[in-house]
Amino acid sequence: MKTGIMKATAWKAHLTRRYMFSASHRLHRDDMSEAENHTTYGKCNNPYGHGHNYMLEVTVSGPVDGQTGMVCDLVDLDNFVRTQVLELYDHQNLNLLPEFASEVPTTENLCIAIYEIVKRGFLNAHLDKIRIEETMMNSFEYVGERGGNL
Amino acid sequence: MVYLTRKAEFSASHYYHNPDFTPEENRRIFGKCNNPNGHGHNYTLEVTVKGAVDPRSGFVVDLKQLKDIMSREVLDALDHRFLTKIPTTENLAIVIWQRLAPKLNAAILHRVRVYETPDLFVDFYGESSEREASKRE
Repeated sequence: MKTGIMKATAWKAHLTRRYMFSASHRLHRDDMSEAENHTTYGKCNNPYGHGHNYMLEVTVSGPVDGQTGMVCDLVDLDNFVRTQVLELYDHQNLNLLPEFASEVPTTENLCIAIYEIVKRGFLNAHLDKIRIEETMMNSFEYVGERGGNL
Repeated sequence: MVYLTRKAEFSASHYYHNPDFTPEENRRIFGKCNNPNGHGHNYTLEVTVKGAVDPRSGFVVDLKQLKDIMSREVLDALDHRFLTKIPTTENLAIVIWQRLAPKLNAAILHRVRVYETPDLFVDFYGESSEREASKRE
């Protein structure tokens, strides 16, 4: 039964999974004046913060396993993202988390923080990209320091 | 070079089972997808082709022709069918690529994207992307 699909199973595919979490943030730097903060961050600098329903996309890639037909086990990816990312950020104030003690919790920086967590901890497939939709109108992507190919 | 994407939808049922695995292994590896009675999805297919814009027609590809090829090679074959041979979304994307690539003549197939659900999709860029990837590594 070595048909075309069996030959194809060494080929590389890219798998993307979407997750949602909600969090609040305020874009503000203590080392900027009030006026500079206001000019730089606009309404995102409102003193009491605001929240978003973030849509997170995790893209991984690798050869499609000949026995399972999979790039990686989706249950493993889901468990990793749930325990290591969603439980960390969901229903949290991002400004109070250690990784944002000295960084502004823009969605750019959130992309980088999540990329580092997945890259370091999820070893079943190659991490291509982290993409976050902050609202339906804007989204951010991070493919690592080397720029990637997607 | 301009890229053009056309979407289509099809519905099919499947279950994951590898006859080389024991029943216990099949259950452990494929989880609820190993339920022998199968289950279904409404798949969304996105086919992206690339090419130069024809100076006379202004087209990368004749959309009608692309739609016909997708209907004949993918939808007629897969819609409302029961898929076999470990039809993971990864393998579906590869099979759809293999069906479409030889039939396209005006434009070059760039990417096949298959959504199994709105929260899960697979991209396949063909055999060449694998070669390019191994060159980089």
